[in-house]
Amino acid sequence: MDQAQHLLSLAVKSIFIENMILAYFLGMCSFLAVSKKIETSIGLGKAVVFVCGVTVPLNWCINTYLLKEGALSWTGISGVENLDLSYLNLIMFIATIAALVQLVEMIIEKFSSSLYTSLGIFLPLITVNCSILGASLFMNERAYTFSEALVFGISSGAGFALAIVSMSAIRFKLKYSHIPDGLKGLGITMILTGLISMAYLAFSGIQL
Amino acid sequence: MAKNIFTDPLIDDNPITKQVLGICSALAVTVKVEMAVVMAIALTIVLTCSNLTISLLRKQIPSNVRIIVQLIVIASLVILVDLVLKAFLYDVSKQLSVFVGLIITNCIVMGRADAFAMSNPPKEAILDGLGNGFGYGSILIIVAIFRELLGTGQIYGTQIIPAWVYFENGGFYMNNGLMLLAPGAFIVLGLLIWAQRSYTGYVEE
Repeated sequence: MDQAQHLLSLAVKSIFIENMILAYFLGMCSFLAVSKKIETSIGLGKAVVFVCGVTVPLNWCINTYLLKEGALSWTGISGVENLDLSYLNLIMFIATIAALVQLVEMIIEKFSSSLYTSLGIFLPLITVNCSILGASLFMNERAYTFSEALVFGISSGAGFALAIVSMSAIRFKLKYSHIPDGLKGLGITMILTGLISMAYLAFSGIQL
Repeated sequence: MAKNIFTDPLIDDNPITKQVLGICSALAVTVKVEMAVVMAIALTIVLTCSNLTISLLRKQIPSNVRIIVQLIVIASLVILVDLVLKAFLYDVSKQLSVFVGLIITNCIVMGRADAFAMSNPPKEAILDGLGNGFGYGSILIIVAIFRELLGTGQIYGTQIIPAWVYFENGGFYMNNGLMLLAPGAFIVLGLLIWAQRSYTGYVEE
């Protein structure tokens, strides 16, 4: 019971309070580029939830069973018990993400063409989306357990999706407003993101 | 020609305000000027070295696996920078936390490697790397100066706003804590983009 409550609290925290975009600025590039249309931002949002939910637990396993100090002791080979490969974690995390995205793309293409058409073009973009690598690095830095890593992965993806969809809805309205020339596009989007982020500050301190 | 490659990214073709690359880290590390300076130096080093390496390898890299090759080159350089920071500037490296690692997915590095270094000789690639690194760094430092000054009254850790104007000491002034939080970063950068685009006259459709 306590465990479930703890995980739920972690989920709320990573969706609303420590939102990937609005509090940590991760994934801003694709956030700014894709939020022009609602349909595409829903597509990217779904893809990020999915990839984040898979890569964070997977990277947790890699980190725990291959890279951490003493992680290789399960192999039983003498001499590797105290091996510390954690300096390799950046390259391993990004390789896992790149490989997994390729694999997922092939699998969805084979089994679900409707899902492929809705996610298709966004999957390659995701490899270089900071929020995916960022989620894995945060997982590592905060020393989550496996179940925490799973919940954190999915809910930080959901936080990204929430932010990008609400931003695209606002930008849709912006088309009809008069904005000073230099502020058009990137400038006004930045300031609006600041305002949304300010609204999200109201969630801080919520504890379940 | 060589001059333009270096100077264009400083103002006219700035990676952050014009090309819209590398925004994530630009916002996250600008709470303090010190962090921004370290980040700008780290990124410039990674960018210049990766541009040089990719440009030297450009004839050997097959185009269909180029993204993976670029990622590996960049990730190795970032690991080096990360280890150097941990060894010599441990406190700053702790504050920068995951953002040093995130240089790997910083769009500037990938973007310049793919768009410029893949098709240009090493000398131009180095200049392009330096120019974009400085362009990125200058925006970072300007944003950080505003945020640190308005948020804590300091620049680079030195108190700029005199103590007697503060409310606690009988004055009228208070620091704006919002500047240290996420919204402050978004709004300062938004206004900076406005200023830069009014200066260059660039209008986005």
